[in-house]
Amino acid sequence: MTLLDVENLSVTFPTRQGEFEAVRGVSFTLGRERLGIVGESGSGKSMTGRAILRLIRPPGRIKADKLELEGVDLLKLSEKAMQKVRGQKISMVMQDPKFSLNPVMRIGEQIIEIYRFHTGATKKAAYKKAMEMLEAVSIRDPERVMRAYPHEMSSGMGQRIMIAMMLVTEPQILIADEPTSALDVSVQTQVLSIIDRLVRERGMGLIFISHDLNLVASFCDRVLIMYAGRIVETCAADKLNEATHPYTRGLLGSLPRLNEPSKRLAVLDRNPDWEKEASVSGRL
Amino acid sequence: MSRLIFNDLSVWFGEGPDRVDAVKHATFEVPDGASFGLVGESGSGKSTILRALVGLVPTWSGEMIVGDQKLGKKRSKAFFKEVQMVFQDPYASLHPRHSVDQVLSETLRLHGFRGIDKRIEKLLDDVGLGPAFRFRYPHQLSGGQRQRVAIARALAPEPSVLLLDEPTSALDVSVQAEVLNLLTDLRAEHKLTYLMVSHDLAVVAHMCEATAVMENGEIAEMLSVEDMRAMRSENPYTQHLLRSASGYNPSQEQMA
Repeated sequence: MTLLDVENLSVTFPTRQGEFEAVRGVSFTLGRERLGIVGESGSGKSMTGRAILRLIRPPGRIKADKLELEGVDLLKLSEKAMQKVRGQKISMVMQDPKFSLNPVMRIGEQIIEIYRFHTGATKKAAYKKAMEMLEAVSIRDPERVMRAYPHEMSSGMGQRIMIAMMLVTEPQILIADEPTSALDVSVQTQVLSIIDRLVRERGMGLIFISHDLNLVASFCDRVLIMYAGRIVETCAADKLNEATHPYTRGLLGSLPRLNEPSKRLAVLDRNPDWEKEASVSGRL
Repeated sequence: MSRLIFNDLSVWFGEGPDRVDAVKHATFEVPDGASFGLVGESGSGKSTILRALVGLVPTWSGEMIVGDQKLGKKRSKAFFKEVQMVFQDPYASLHPRHSVDQVLSETLRLHGFRGIDKRIEKLLDDVGLGPAFRFRYPHQLSGGQRQRVAIARALAPEPSVLLLDEPTSALDVSVQAEVLNLLTDLRAEHKLTYLMVSHDLAVVAHMCEATAVMENGEIAEMLSVEDMRAMRSENPYTQHLLRSASGYNPSQEQMA
């Protein structure tokens, strides 16, 4: 079943040299699956995630033939209606919990606030829900964490709190933008397994944005590879190693690998034609 | 012969009850011309070892020997001619209002070199930047180009030891490949000794012949590159790091 349907999405920013297209003509669908978007910095992967939530500030502009969440056109919604979509239907977890949590507000208050905003629940019900959610992300003493301020938490804890906060409203879609890049490897696995478990249990769709090819290949079901604002290739995540586009091949070749020693790493030769190619559709 | 010797090195910050022991009794050697890796998580003390070596942390005990010179409290000018450091973030380590030419000529002048003009050209050429980059400012360079400038700056005094503190973790993988290749070439060309800090085991396995795995300020385990490739390790923490290097592995869920 399709949760999100995106067709011909583009994001443009006016510059002195004319319009700059950060995302150009991207199409994909998202069902109840884990969809990975990989690319290097500047490839438009984060912009795609933000555009879905209409989080591009003017003068940036979002255009699309279709941007539908379960049949509802997100581009036609008023800003107020959009507020109800953000956090309630589609949530987003960003890279660094340090910058996404409010530093002067207790963690409990922040989770309760978002829950009450979207559901209008009583304080008591919201408190209970927040506690449950913190337990769901494997936080051992949720009562202490509810009273704590973000700076008292480690970054791994912070990221789990972010996930708890984003999932408390039971959204259908979670957009995770490099959710583990700021974390140490040992914490990374833990955070990923929490995301994995919750997404499975709740039957959500996940958009997982990352620059880490190994991670996406092993974590997601399907992958979109972006370059210069467009999708150059799509494939099943476990088939990523058999990708055919020269850019994807180049990226894979430039990774140092533990099990395949080489004297020199392959260097990616960027072909200017890649930027002109039409975007590949990621629709199913 | 060992180029760098660390003997029972401890580094701490703060005094009394606030004292934090960042490095505890680290002992290892880096042979001349070798490349040695330090891996571990943030806070494990790997960067602190480098910072103690170059004199950025005065509170340490134990022994540090560079070549045949035992290090004391102060670092001499000769030390900095011998040992240079490349930092993690090329966006932060270059002065935003100094052009590439200024950055390099200042270093060269401080070390009393002559023929600065020729040397700058040579340095830029060494790191794969053309002469066109000489009068550019950092904001006119990409991340990879900036890291090349930082490497050129480190090479300017013709050191024999380069300390690399996560030199590619701020870069994209394709750019990382270019910078790692450059470092490999430079090591062969200038017979350099590398001490490299990284959290990425694959990068360390590619660059280094031996590695110390650090955990909570202590060296948990020493690994040769063969051990790493074969994933041979006795330490559970190292095993976890090795497994994580190949991506997400659901069998690790039990650890959560």
